[in-house]
Amino acid sequence: MMRPDLDIIQHWIAPGSRVLDLGCGDGGLLEYLKNTRQISEIGLEIDANNIQECLSKGVNVIEQNLNKGLQNFGDKSFDTVLLTQTLQAVNYPDVVIDEMLRIGRNCIVTFPNFGNWRSRLYLLRKGRMPVSKFMPYQWYDTPNIHFCTVRDFDVLCREKGIKVITRTVVDHLHQGNWYIKLWPNLLGETAIYHISR
Amino acid sequence: MPKTIPKDSVGIVTPQCLHFDEPLTLRSGKVIASYDLMVETYGTLNAAKSNAILICHALSGDHHAAGYHTDADGKPGWWDTCIGPGKPIDTSQFFVVCLNNLGGCAGSTGPTSLNPETGTFYGPDFPVVTVRDWVNSQLRLMHRLGIAQWAAVIGGSLGGMQVMRWSVSYPEKVRHAIMIAVAPKLSAQNIAFNEVARQSITADPNFHNGRYLEHGTYPKKGVMLARMVGHITYLSDSAMREKFGKSVDDPANPAITNPSIKSNFGRDLRSGKLSFGLDTDFQVESYLHYQGERFSERFDANTYLLMTKALDYFDPSVDYEGDLARTFANSNCRFLLISFSSDWRFPPERTREIVDALLEARKPVSYLEIEADQGHDAFLLPVPRYMEALTTYLQRVSDEVNSQGAKS
Repeated sequence: MMRPDLDIIQHWIAPGSRVLDLGCGDGGLLEYLKNTRQISEIGLEIDANNIQECLSKGVNVIEQNLNKGLQNFGDKSFDTVLLTQTLQAVNYPDVVIDEMLRIGRNCIVTFPNFGNWRSRLYLLRKGRMPVSKFMPYQWYDTPNIHFCTVRDFDVLCREKGIKVITRTVVDHLHQGNWYIKLWPNLLGETAIYHISR
Repeated sequence: MPKTIPKDSVGIVTPQCLHFDEPLTLRSGKVIASYDLMVETYGTLNAAKSNAILICHALSGDHHAAGYHTDADGKPGWWDTCIGPGKPIDTSQFFVVCLNNLGGCAGSTGPTSLNPETGTFYGPDFPVVTVRDWVNSQLRLMHRLGIAQWAAVIGGSLGGMQVMRWSVSYPEKVRHAIMIAVAPKLSAQNIAFNEVARQSITADPNFHNGRYLEHGTYPKKGVMLARMVGHITYLSDSAMREKFGKSVDDPANPAITNPSIKSNFGRDLRSGKLSFGLDTDFQVESYLHYQGERFSERFDANTYLLMTKALDYFDPSVDYEGDLARTFANSNCRFLLISFSSDWRFPPERTREIVDALLEARKPVSYLEIEADQGHDAFLLPVPRYMEALTTYLQRVSDEVNSQGAKS
């Protein structure tokens, strides 16, 4: 099954466009976009098994660590730069966002919303960092070192003068009904931002 | 000697010598009026002639990439780990072509061939050939075989440079370009090592300005030295550490009297008792002697000089004011590049230069940096992740070939 955030973002990708996916995982999203949107794609990944998966899907993949910079990519060299469920795992999220906006004409960022009521309740009740099915790690061994909330990201965009084209917040059933729209930071589980500069 | 030939081998292969009469104008301006190319092929060319893969050899390679020449053959071809039925370059799917490049010494026209103009060996008169000249001669071979487009061109090191040249000069003739352990051009350090190799050959008293064959002799010592210095650059420090000496923890090692000594990371590099003279004291010395000796028995000195020059001269960006991205502007294939972490001859950063140029040129490219201890030599060895990546990538290429066949 398609991850909920992926189904939404495909509609923001122009047919035949050039797409860079930072932390492309097994290449599933890029493969899907190749089939549905005829994109030309490049994925960046550091995990050997994921890279192997990309090769088997015929997805172009470069072994490159996001945390070591993206200077090798030219300004506005891609139509869209994607960062799906990876923002919270990079060393300097603000630097990566700046770089994405330099490289892509527009960018799509998705991340788990740490402001969700479940996280808040967990912390309030147990006084410990939340561990759940979706975030199964302990605080000391998690790859997710920079959790943020929808409101945090809004503030970052405002401070950096980033234009938010669309903001969608969904729950795990990937529904964006009226009450999630009303209280996105409380009810939303996954935040999906379409941004540009 | 292989008592029985392994199942995943291409088996006994017979090279063929193909003669070409159409003169070939070289980059230097010189012309080779006619020439022979020594060629081996494995697998079967399909009816659409769309499943052909060209293998380009590196400095010391030749046309014998896989299989055995006779039952008594001790060693298979130089890339037998990769080429065969069920291997990464799967000969049950692909028709694989490998040739000895011009200027070589394994049967193709080169310094040891007779010069029709003089009636004696070419020797030092054989013109300097470049990677571009090789690719032009490979194009003639391609036409001879009736192939319009290679499903893939594959090579490591100097072979990878030929792949790069194919993708630049003949974009419509290559579907996939696979370059392994490669650099866009040599570094000053690379050229320096090549120059030491050349000097050791030309300084040998038996070199006779390259006319050693006419003098009935051979600069063996010089070729040995050249190979020894070259060989060091193919290995990594850790690969050499791993290869030589005995573990100090090894109770069967009589040289160790005090097992608590952990110098050299727990290895004793000595071959026996120290001679306190100029005899061979360490295993690495005898290894290099052996490698150099064996190489000097099969490799022509003039060819070695030519091959290192071809390396030094390689720079595909030369026609584009040094702009590598512009060099690839017309390329029309998909690219796969692979580097190895411990390769200090063509380290990953050098391969990345090519990857970055391809990204800038907006070409479809994949790049893998394989963790491997074996240095530059890793490209010839069955490093598991490397083998898996090649297998997977080429399986896609094969699927592509088959789906095309279904369409036509």
